[in-house]
Amino acid sequence: MEFQIIWFVLWGVLWSVYFMLDGFVMGSGMLHHILGKNDGERRVMINIIGPVWDGNEVWLITAGGATFAAFPTTYALMFSYLYTPLLLLLFALIVRGVSYEFRGKENGATWKKGWDLAIAVCNFLPALLFGVAFGNIFRGLPMDGAGYHGSLLYLLNPYGLLTGVLFVLLFVVHGALYATVKTTGELSARALGVANKVWPVLTVVAVAFLAYTYPATRLYDNFLQHPVFLVAPLLAVAALLGIRVLTAQQKPLAAFAASCITILMVVATGVIGLFPNLIPSNMGAEFSLTAFNSSSSLYTLKIMTVVAAIFVPIVIVYKIWVYRVFRAKLTIEDLVGNKHAY
Amino acid sequence: MDVLTLSRLQFAVTGMFHFIFVPLTLGISILVAYMETRYVLSGDETWLRMTKFWGKLFLINFALGVVTGITMEFQFGMNWAEYSRYVGDIFGAPLAIEATVAFFMESVFIGVWIFGWNKVSKRLHAISIWLVAIGTNVSALWILLANGWMQHPVGYVLRNGRAEMTDFLAVVTNPIGLIKFAHQLVSGYTVAAFFIMGISAYHLLKGNQPAFFKRSFRVGATFGVATAFLVLVTGDFHAVEVARNQPAKFAAMESVWETRQGLGMYLLLFPDAANQCNSVEALCVPKLVSILAYHDPESTIKGLKEYLPAERPPVLPVFLSFRAMAGLGTLFIGLSLLAFLMSRGDNIDRRRWFLRIMLYAIPLPYLANQFGWLVAEIGRQPWIVYGVMKTSDAVSKSIDMAQVVGSLVGFTLLYGFLGVVDIYLLAKYARKGPDEDVSAMIKPAGEV
Ligand code: HDD
Ligand code: HEM
Ligand code: HEM
Repeated sequence: MEFQIIWFVLWGVLWSVYFMLDGFVMGSGMLHHILGKNDGERRVMINIIGPVWDGNEVWLITAGGATFAAFPTTYALMFSYLYTPLLLLLFALIVRGVSYEFRGKENGATWKKGWDLAIAVCNFLPALLFGVAFGNIFRGLPMDGAGYHGSLLYLLNPYGLLTGVLFVLLFVVHGALYATVKTTGELSARALGVANKVWPVLTVVAVAFLAYTYPATRLYDNFLQHPVFLVAPLLAVAALLGIRVLTAQQKPLAAFAASCITILMVVATGVIGLFPNLIPSNMGAEFSLTAFNSSSSLYTLKIMTVVAAIFVPIVIVYKIWVYRVFRAKLTIEDLVGNKHAY
Repeated sequence: MDVLTLSRLQFAVTGMFHFIFVPLTLGISILVAYMETRYVLSGDETWLRMTKFWGKLFLINFALGVVTGITMEFQFGMNWAEYSRYVGDIFGAPLAIEATVAFFMESVFIGVWIFGWNKVSKRLHAISIWLVAIGTNVSALWILLANGWMQHPVGYVLRNGRAEMTDFLAVVTNPIGLIKFAHQLVSGYTVAAFFIMGISAYHLLKGNQPAFFKRSFRVGATFGVATAFLVLVTGDFHAVEVARNQPAKFAAMESVWETRQGLGMYLLLFPDAANQCNSVEALCVPKLVSILAYHDPESTIKGLKEYLPAERPPVLPVFLSFRAMAGLGTLFIGLSLLAFLMSRGDNIDRRRWFLRIMLYAIPLPYLANQFGWLVAEIGRQPWIVYGVMKTSDAVSKSIDMAQVVGSLVGFTLLYGFLGVVDIYLLAKYARKGPDEDVSAMIKPAGEV
């Protein structure tokens, strides 16, 4: 019992941290063209995420692996039910990864343009797909004892799409703030401008999302029963408002931190609302996949808890160390002598 | 064609593609770490230039290893949902541990290594590449323990309609998983050794930077002579484990139809599966198969006829792949021994015939690796988990033909395109040779 709850919480934490970290990679990738006006600036845009993107993506692999190990039935059904969206996600992530590595390896203009386009598209698509997928999970999938009754079109319902747009906008603002913090001069100012321009749109969409969640899902039930959890959505809203206040005070780093909190708390709100479901069914509560009916055996959960308790803190320590090593702002001059940079 | 066949084909395509890049990564990460360590200890700039040059090729290769790996992890759920549900209690654990213990370390420190040249001290920089190398090798351990469990399930009971883990220690000390790990590491190292020797040979043939490439060749040759020999030793122990635990696979590897005691090996042999016999059998080495199987010349080898036709793996591909792998392995021992002896002196660049052979030998260890996996995976059929679950029961129920056709075509096209680009870039940077200029590469000593 407790171990299933521990793993449910860990499951939520892995997804939240993944979106917080890969969110700024996706966001700055989507803004690759808009912020980077020439080759030099575009290289800066790539190299600010260069040292960290792969490590951030591993949170996704770990979230997948943890779902497999702790909730194998959920892993099996979620991945096979969402086959086509996941496939598109995979293609986008594959192309995104090689784009960073390949772009700088040739000098031709077409070559660079091609990979630039790939960077923009393949950062936008995952953000949208993750949003649509999570929106549909919040809403519940059409599954019963006989299996899955949805299709790709089924997933494109208004609530799913709204969540998709929410994710895209969250990440755009997040990525713009990251770029503001990590770059200098005009580029940094331009990034801050984008963050400020997109922020009102994001706020409107976020309000719409919170309102629409009430009729479209059952996420609020848990909050009504246990109001203390309202902390998560309240923090999300406060942090979202904080972003604008802090950018107005010319404190981009603090605004970026607020944006981190926003993303963490948005995902946390969703996950708390889901509990104990990992994937609710909208064809009858008895068909939902929960932390209790889809989990591994107690023995496996215990082993995995020991592994996580030892290694997750180690990972966090060296990840923080790396962010400190690369904390400096990046300029075009930094890249001139460095043949290993992207 | 049905969903099952297409999913198997897709797993084969994506797995084999992922595995073009993995073996080189396993070996070359260690060699680059070795080169950088020599540089840090001696201050000799040739070692630094070697680190940079081979490191660049390593990175071009690494990128595709990383991105194709995610596909592998997702596919268990996407195409093999019944499998994942049935054995996830055991099989999921090593995959999750692999990500937590190995992938994080690799991916974080590769960032430090690529971008940290003038940000961290020389020593820390060298430690980073060691951590990448260790992470890569540890990741192989966990994935092979997972695969080893499919080949030889241990430490579980069938309960609650699925396989549940009862003994984690048995899973991590599974002899099949561990021998696979050992054999896989050294065969990856062999790929790297031949890669370095082959590209060095190319430049020595052209007369480019002889001192640099002679030294590189020597590093590859020294490493290669040790690893090629260990490939044979571990392969031999591997065969013993297969004979003991998967006798039907072993019979297919050697194309043995009738049960015999003290079985010899025919150097020329061709299986005839339709008639359940061999159409060619000539040049017998007495008792050799029995010796290979159990290290005992009088041991009895069970023939394929002992199994129902539906329980036999496809004989021809398993047999041919095994012969090809073992034949290549023998060849590598010879080549790397010659390379080692010749690279002792200073005149390797005058042995042009040999350098040409080594250049064209670059793809061979890659092929041997692919053949090895074909033996392992096709030889396990019709089981997905040996003796526990059939492949045909493992496929996802909710996916349809259109989806799998789409994904298979998509992967084939995308991977084909990326493979071409990657090989083009590797060839381009391999040909270009090392940079002369080492300034702006290193941070002054003493700073952290
Ligand atoms: C450079 C590559 C290479 C070379 C030269 C060899 N192998 Fe190998 N072999 C592999 C690379 C490999 C591999 C790709 O790493 C495999 C596939 C599955 C595995 O764990 O290792 C493998 C599998 C594999 C298996 C089957 C494993 C299974 O069915 O589960 C056996 C019995 C051997 N090897 C034995 C040998 C012998 C006796 C060799 C003679 C020299 C040999 N290998 C050379
Ligand atoms: C990277 C090297 C690998 C290669 C080249 C490879 C190759 C293959 C091939 C050719 C098949 C199709 C066999 C058939 O259907 O006849 C297959 C199937 C499969 N392999 Fe592997 N494999 C590799 C590693 C692994 C590992 C490490 C695992 C598990 C951790 C694994 C799990 C599977 C599964 C689940 C299937 C599908 C079911 C089946 O056909 O049995 N493979 N692989
Ligand atoms: C078929 C089963 C396999 C699965 C599920 C799998 C999974 C993965 C994943 C998820 C990655 C990406 C990691 C990242 O982004 O950093 C990856 C990369 C890699 N895998 Fe595989 N893999 C499989 C087969 C193998 C085998 C058989 C080996 C070694 C023996 C191996 C070794 C590696 C290495 C060295 C990398 C590249 C570097 C990296 O991890 O970042 N993989 N694999």
